[in-house]
Amino acid sequence: MLNFVDLYEGKELEPLVKPAVTKVQLVKYAGASGDFNPLHTDDEFAQSIGMPGVIAHGMLVMGFLGEYVNRLAGETAELTNFRMRFGAITRPGDQISCSGKITSLYEEEGQQFARLELSAEKAPGKVVGSGQASLRFF
Amino acid sequence: MELDQSIIGLTGPVFTFEVDKRHIRQFAQAIGDDNPLYTDEEYAAKTPYGGIIAPPTFPIVIGSEGEGISLDLDPKRMLHGEQEFLYTRPIKPGDRLVCQMKVTDLFEREGKSGKMQFLVLDTEIKDESGEMVVVSRMNIIYRSIQQHV
Repeated sequence: MLNFVDLYEGKELEPLVKPAVTKVQLVKYAGASGDFNPLHTDDEFAQSIGMPGVIAHGMLVMGFLGEYVNRLAGETAELTNFRMRFGAITRPGDQISCSGKITSLYEEEGQQFARLELSAEKAPGKVVGSGQASLRFF
Repeated sequence: MELDQSIIGLTGPVFTFEVDKRHIRQFAQAIGDDNPLYTDEEYAAKTPYGGIIAPPTFPIVIGSEGEGISLDLDPKRMLHGEQEFLYTRPIKPGDRLVCQMKVTDLFEREGKSGKMQFLVLDTEIKDESGEMVVVSRMNIIYRSIQQHV
């Protein structure tokens, strides 16, 4: 959990390594999110459009970063803004690592905020999602 | 056919989305996110949130629920480039959310392989009294026709 007083600009945050993505997970995510594009659940369909097989929903990757940032926020801060740019594809078997860094600390109307830079990678340098988040401390 | 500025301001139909605990739990489980804030009432009650909340990307579910806006778009040219959430407060079980999609911007940029258009679609998610809860903003890249094979 982050404490505002311990933070400084440029501080690297402890990463989160997710278990490898599975096909069952993609089916669960399709059901829970309502995104039933067969690209994520049907290998035959995915291959018919030139993919090696099913690929993960981009929003699942953002979900991993969301898990990461809310773990960091814990009970000391809440998210006010969260964005992610989609990168390379994620396939079943890929293990995603989430990492983050404090880019700025500031106060606004008496409240403390931190801005974070976030990255999700399937291998070093292979970015599947890059983003930013703002946290407001309670 | 390229998109033109006249689509800015177009809105989809207003729809209501009811948030239930089971849906929040299933969404968190699919991500593999076992933060008790999303599932454990007793734990969540003791946090500054005062109860269960939904994971930060949950509003994407709401965006996919509505009928959207009937724009004359070729889905093969569309690419979801970026997603952003602007939170006023977290979503909670029992919320009855009043939602509407809007085209908020359209702009052009020169890409590596020619001109690309960028479309910004906001789903405004409010509570029943009209207070904003969260805006779910999709940035869509609309690729030009010649670069798509």
